[in-house]
Amino acid sequence: MITADISQSDNVVPLDKAMAPKRTRLQEFWFLFRRNKLAILGMIIFFFFFFIALIGLLLTAGRHPVFDPALIRLQEKLRPPLAEPNLETLLPDEVPAFGVYLFGTDDLGRDVFARMLQGAWVSLTVGFVAVGISVLLGIFMGGIAGYYGQHQVRLDHILAIGLVFLGAAFLAMDNILFGFMFLFLGVCCALYCLSRRKTSVRRAPFNREHLLGTNVFSIDTLIMRIVDIMLCFPSFFLILTVVALLPASIYNIMIVIGLTSWMGTTRFVRAEFLSLREQDFVMAVRALGVGNFRIIFRHMMPNAIGPVLVSATIGIATAILTEAGLSFLGFGVPPPHATWGNILSDGKNFIFDAPWLTFIPGVAILIVVLSFNLFGEGLRDVLNPKLRERS
Amino acid sequence: MLSFFGRSIVQKIVTLFFVSIISFLIIHLAPGEPSQIDPLNPKFTFEMVERFRKEFHLDKPLHIQYLYFYRDLFTGKTVSWKDNQSVVQKIWDRFLNSLPLFIVGTILTWTISFPIGIRSAIFRGRFFDRSATFFSYLLISIPGFFFAYILIIFVVTRFHVPVIGMETFGLGEASMPHVIMDRIWHLFLPSVLGATGGIAVLSRYVRSQMLEVEGQDYVRTAKAKGLPSEQVHYKHALRNALLPFVTMFGLILPGLIGGSVIIESIFSWPGMGRMAYEAILARDYPVILTVNFVSAVLVLAGTFISDLLYLLVDPRIRL
Repeated sequence: MITADISQSDNVVPLDKAMAPKRTRLQEFWFLFRRNKLAILGMIIFFFFFFIALIGLLLTAGRHPVFDPALIRLQEKLRPPLAEPNLETLLPDEVPAFGVYLFGTDDLGRDVFARMLQGAWVSLTVGFVAVGISVLLGIFMGGIAGYYGQHQVRLDHILAIGLVFLGAAFLAMDNILFGFMFLFLGVCCALYCLSRRKTSVRRAPFNREHLLGTNVFSIDTLIMRIVDIMLCFPSFFLILTVVALLPASIYNIMIVIGLTSWMGTTRFVRAEFLSLREQDFVMAVRALGVGNFRIIFRHMMPNAIGPVLVSATIGIATAILTEAGLSFLGFGVPPPHATWGNILSDGKNFIFDAPWLTFIPGVAILIVVLSFNLFGEGLRDVLNPKLRERS
Repeated sequence: MLSFFGRSIVQKIVTLFFVSIISFLIIHLAPGEPSQIDPLNPKFTFEMVERFRKEFHLDKPLHIQYLYFYRDLFTGKTVSWKDNQSVVQKIWDRFLNSLPLFIVGTILTWTISFPIGIRSAIFRGRFFDRSATFFSYLLISIPGFFFAYILIIFVVTRFHVPVIGMETFGLGEASMPHVIMDRIWHLFLPSVLGATGGIAVLSRYVRSQMLEVEGQDYVRTAKAKGLPSEQVHYKHALRNALLPFVTMFGLILPGLIGGSVIIESIFSWPGMGRMAYEAILARDYPVILTVNFVSAVLVLAGTFISDLLYLLVDPRIRL
């Protein structure tokens, strides 16, 4: 009531006018971002690439696509870019769109432009899905470590999980009897843990219940040790191993890249959460009785999302490079489907006769990855108040 | 101090134990078996497969296999399934091949990125800084294999020297300087390629460290009392900016065994990365697991050394 009175009274209005014009967060973001020319360029290429990949998906899919990436014309192989097709030797169906090979043809006479269009979608989805998985996993693990980190893992928790895993392992080894027995024991143990959640572990006289309730380590320790373990694996080698052992498919690649790159995000989110949870606004929200999930996702996450966005943007660039590297080694998406990595890998045998087969996909990967990196660095400069130039 | 080291070593051993379990599970739970790698080979009869499985304990349950494998590893008796050679010996041979690449690459990285980073921090926002920034992004973004082919085309057409492999085949009769030049040419491209990413990242890092130190009060004081700018930059600022990099010496240790798979296969360089790649193709589990284990040991040793160096060089940290 009082505030309403003051804001309506006259002597406040000029004060309000004297202040700098109010800007929303987005406007401020744009104001800062606009000054970084390279980041703007990166963003434009980013959206352009997005657009191309979508168009490419539409134009190369279906039974009679406009650009057919799989159509083999052996009489037209290794034509340079912008070459006119030899109309006498081609069936009317086989003539490329626009009547010209925009990017030339490869050693089987396939239209490189069509293959590049098809590959754009692969690069895009691999980048986004892999990073999506890693960011979700990272936020989840980091959020738990940061918010619930002080909670202790008790001996009975470990026992329950161990029993369940043992049961699953026995089931996997076709030992059904033992498997179900251990699974049953594990579930019982878990129920037991849940039932005695509320009881506080004070200095009770020594008994068996007390032993089971011993605190072993905190959740924070557990998650950070898992991160340490994951960081011990040489990442490209691990990805290569898993992809080589699993059946070749684009989904396996996305999942594997995602599962091996969440550690950075976890660390960021944990660090942000550790500092945020001590701040007054979180205390206030908690005092109001807001639930944990609402606090995490509505109040803390928007404040912690900045570094995650930056690392995600750069992570997309890395994922695209990794996928290209895998395709180059022959472990990527299975052959009839074109990706930029395997166009380059096929083209390397003709590097002196048909340099466009190497340079077109190479430059395309370079430009896209560069734009993601520049965009990500621009975001970092804008979102990090410490790095802002004081003007 | 001692308790810190003790705790850290115990922690690292526990981590290593879990790494060994996880890598073992990843390899063995994946579909397919090494005995099925070449099903069309007529010599590979059912009895052969059975004998093979028995020989390498593949018919035992997983936890027994795990124990067998790590017992063999620690007694140095692990043999490759492909050619029955000792894995440790194999890795050591390949390691000696990768070592020159690693050394030259590291020297290139550290000698090039420092001057660039320092200079772009001093001339912040000027032309040099902006172009260095752009080029480092370019180098981070360029796919290694593509860059390798650009360099190969350039060197081969411009200087007419062979670059693939470790040395030119059949050079036995040539004179000593010729052989040395040949080795250097072969070493040059792969190590430059190995260094590019490092140069780009490290020079950015040097720049940001340098900028942070240049903003400190004591640097302003040094400027204000009229010291020549070289002395301010190189004596007051640089010395303090170097602190984090001393610890990075520990972190380059894992690179010893990393050996880029892609670069080594492009240049047919018989190094670690290529051996790992061939082992993956042949499902040679002992080699894959040993490489994984050794590299995990190196990562952990690297973090340990970097902690140690931090203690030594930073007087603010006391235990």
